[in-house]
Amino acid sequence: MSAPAVLAAATIPDAVTFALAAVICVVGALGVVLMRNPVHSALALVMTLFGVAVLFVEQDAQFLAAVQVIVYTGAIVVLFLFVIMLLGVDRRERVLADTFRGQRVVALVLGLMVLAEVVLLARTRWTTGAHAVAGPLDGPGSNVAKLGRSIFTTYLIPFEVTSALLVVAVVGAVVLARRPGLGEPSGEAPDEASGAFPVAPGAGAPGAGAPGSGAADAAGAGTAERTAGAGAGAGAEVTR
Amino acid sequence: MSVHASWYLTLAALLFTIGAVGLLVRRNVLVMFMCIELMLNAANLTFVTFARALNDIGGQVAVFFVLVVAAAEVVVGLGIIVAIFRRKVGATADDAHLLKG
Amino acid sequence: MIHAAFLIPLFPLVGFAVLAPFGRKLGNPLAGWIATLLVVASFVVTILVFVALFRIAPAHRSVTEPWFDWISVDRLRVGAGLLVDPLSLTMASFVTGVSALIHLYSIGYMRHDEQFPKFFTYLNLFVFSMLMLVLADNFVLSFLGWEGVGVCSYFLIAFWFDRAEAASAGKKAMIFNRIGDAGFLLGIFLIFERTGSVQYTTVFARLGHVGTPSLVAIALLLFLGAVGKSAQIPLFPWLADAMAGPTPVSALIHAATMVTAGVYLMCRINPILHLAPDAAHVIAWVGVATAFVGATSACAQNDIKKVLAYSTVSQLGYMFLAAGSGAYVAAIFLMLTHAFYKALLFLGAGSVIHAMDEDQDIKNMGGLAKLMPITGVTFLVGWLSIAGVPPFSGFWSKGDVLQNAWAVTPALWVIGAVTAALTAYYMGREYFLVFQGQRRWVEARPEASHGPGNGESYTARGLHPHDPTWHMSVPLVVLAALAVLGGLVNLPFHPSLVFLERWLSPVVGATLLQHHFSVGAEWLFALVDAALAILGVAVAAALWRGSSDRPALEPRFLSMAWWLDAAEDRLVARTGEALASFTATVVESRVVDGAVNGVASLVRTTGERLRRVQSGYVRSYALGLTAGVVVLLAYLLVRVGS
Repeated sequence: MSAPAVLAAATIPDAVTFALAAVICVVGALGVVLMRNPVHSALALVMTLFGVAVLFVEQDAQFLAAVQVIVYTGAIVVLFLFVIMLLGVDRRERVLADTFRGQRVVALVLGLMVLAEVVLLARTRWTTGAHAVAGPLDGPGSNVAKLGRSIFTTYLIPFEVTSALLVVAVVGAVVLARRPGLGEPSGEAPDEASGAFPVAPGAGAPGAGAPGSGAADAAGAGTAERTAGAGAGAGAEVTR
Repeated sequence: MSVHASWYLTLAALLFTIGAVGLLVRRNVLVMFMCIELMLNAANLTFVTFARALNDIGGQVAVFFVLVVAAAEVVVGLGIIVAIFRRKVGATADDAHLLKG
Repeated sequence: MIHAAFLIPLFPLVGFAVLAPFGRKLGNPLAGWIATLLVVASFVVTILVFVALFRIAPAHRSVTEPWFDWISVDRLRVGAGLLVDPLSLTMASFVTGVSALIHLYSIGYMRHDEQFPKFFTYLNLFVFSMLMLVLADNFVLSFLGWEGVGVCSYFLIAFWFDRAEAASAGKKAMIFNRIGDAGFLLGIFLIFERTGSVQYTTVFARLGHVGTPSLVAIALLLFLGAVGKSAQIPLFPWLADAMAGPTPVSALIHAATMVTAGVYLMCRINPILHLAPDAAHVIAWVGVATAFVGATSACAQNDIKKVLAYSTVSQLGYMFLAAGSGAYVAAIFLMLTHAFYKALLFLGAGSVIHAMDEDQDIKNMGGLAKLMPITGVTFLVGWLSIAGVPPFSGFWSKGDVLQNAWAVTPALWVIGAVTAALTAYYMGREYFLVFQGQRRWVEARPEASHGPGNGESYTARGLHPHDPTWHMSVPLVVLAALAVLGGLVNLPFHPSLVFLERWLSPVVGATLLQHHFSVGAEWLFALVDAALAILGVAVAAALWRGSSDRPALEPRFLSMAWWLDAAEDRLVARTGEALASFTATVVESRVVDGAVNGVASLVRTTGERLRRVQSGYVRSYALGLTAGVVVLLAYLLVRVGS
């Protein structure tokens, strides 16, 4: 296995940092899987993400660490929480009982096998010795600059494609979160009628933040509609 | 510098496994989704590790894109989940079996 | 002039080609005259070619007229062409001659039939096929003619196709023929395989290289074909049933021409028979057995035409006896004279049937000789000929056959002689019942009638039997003359008189087994023959002149032709039917359908079982995915790690 200078002897602070961050990651992961309350799972996920961010910093990926915290933790997990609240799935789930017999056992076995295989793979030859394509990691210049240069020159096309992907995602989110259209049987309409919401089916959701005068059903469809607009997509506006 | 790369890889493998098992075991749709995020993070960690080990910024570029795509995926995925599961309270993944053959 | 031989089959083909599309427009009787004149033209050309061939020296009297390459595949080269030699010309001459007379007869006989033109279309096609058969220069072209006459026979037997018995008789004829044809074809295949050619001249030249077992096999296979076509045991039942067709058809096809095709074939392959004496013995014995069975069956028939049918079977048996004994000239001689007197007898019977208003039961006839003198006299001549009474032609020809049979083994002669006596007897019976004795038809009851759709009493209808029109009478007279004089072609008294023998010797000479007896022996044979004939005549006269009802002499065993048809039906037909119905019910529905349906239900069952994998549960799918990932990683591990 080739050993660039980057892999030179580790220092004590690095090792300690790594150990701590690793523990945080694992504990968080276990928390995600084992917590009964989904809100608790989400918070455990935050813990893991923070740990991973620390590990990114450890590995000279400062920009990514920042992005991880801002985007992943700050936006995506928040999104998760929104939806958890919206759907009211914060009820407790019986984690230990399972609908399918043997599913958990098989899952555990398969998981352990995957772990074993990946670990084994990690320990064998995993480099081809080919030259760096995108550019060296070390060397002068900030991480951001190197990253930026690489993205906007070598990987320009993937960059453009991902921006298109984002547009698609936004449009998809908007479409998915719309109120049911004409003729679609929905239990919501009668509930709406009593409220101050405009009933017009398919006329678009009553707008983000429409002055929904408290159609006061809690877990009912009314809330769903109102907050559907709010929860649809990262910052997308529901259009009429 | 930091510890040897293989430690990171092992950690990533562990995170991935935990995420996979969680996906298979949990019934709550959102928790399943979170487990997927866990697996993605494990992959990101691996990428970054290799970027460092091979002295190639391409690994970090990959993480960048993975992040973008994960974000987009979460958006759409949650939209779908909302669309399917808002009718019934406490719906689990097992309740969405209409595509039964 | 020899090169004009191609006209011989061409004329009737032209007739067919013209009459098939335009026959109905040409109508009655023009269509008939066109057909008849074309056959007459064919006859004239045959005589001219005959004369031209006569002028050539005997050694070179075998002229091949090639036309074109017919089949040319790898080693197989079949040409189409004519072989003009004494044998083929002899056959062609009497085929065209007798056909012409029968065409003329048919103009009168079928006068009232709506399908008059169609009849002549088929007749011309038949004559063409028969001529191709006898004039061809190779086995395959002969087979073409062979099949052609079979098909025309079917058409003509089932001519009145709205009669169930006629349609079924046509089918029966075709099927029995087919069995024989299979043998013929196998024989041709074997010939080609062993000698590399199918042309007569080439094949016969190469016989030296073929082993005897193959030759025996070839001879027997070709004989099987002849058995089918010429109604020998065991394939003869079709001939009696074929009497359901119009009488001119019976006369032409089932007396004079088609059924003799088998005998022609045996004579044509005489080099093979010479080298395969075992096969020749088989042929002789089958022939004589058939002769005997046919004669005994004819003794108990009540239908005027069925007597003649079984008589034909019997006479054909004689011809095969001759061919099998190596006496090919005798076979051809008998064929020639038989054509004359059998056609005569059939045409006479047709005249009687017309007079009796389609009633064919001889028990309902009687005393017609005075009312129909021409028919009566000619029928008498025919009877005496077939009986073998000297000096009619039958005496000379049958005598030749029996002599040569004795030379092979006396047992053959004995059976042949007994049969000869029976022949004289049963024909006499028919003659006396029809033409002599009481006029039973005057008071015949309706239920005794066998005529189609005729239920009224005769006395009310009032039959007036009389001689037919000239179209029908002239052929009768001509044939009678030929029957009387036919013997002249091969009189045994002096070597200069055996015209036929000398004429045919280039073809059959190398294998001619005509045994030479001392003059005294020949006179003895002749006397015995004559005595047998006169004995038969006398017995017939004694028994049948006075009375018409002797059931003791007409047992069912004989009238049903030794129950052979019924036996074959039981053995072959019923077995075939049982096999077919077994196949239809068991094999078809269980095996075949079962397999097909089984495949379908297998697919469906598999689909249903596999369907359960699609449970609709996301977590099960995820589990499957993970398992797949495990496998992939394992593969990677093995590849990368090693």
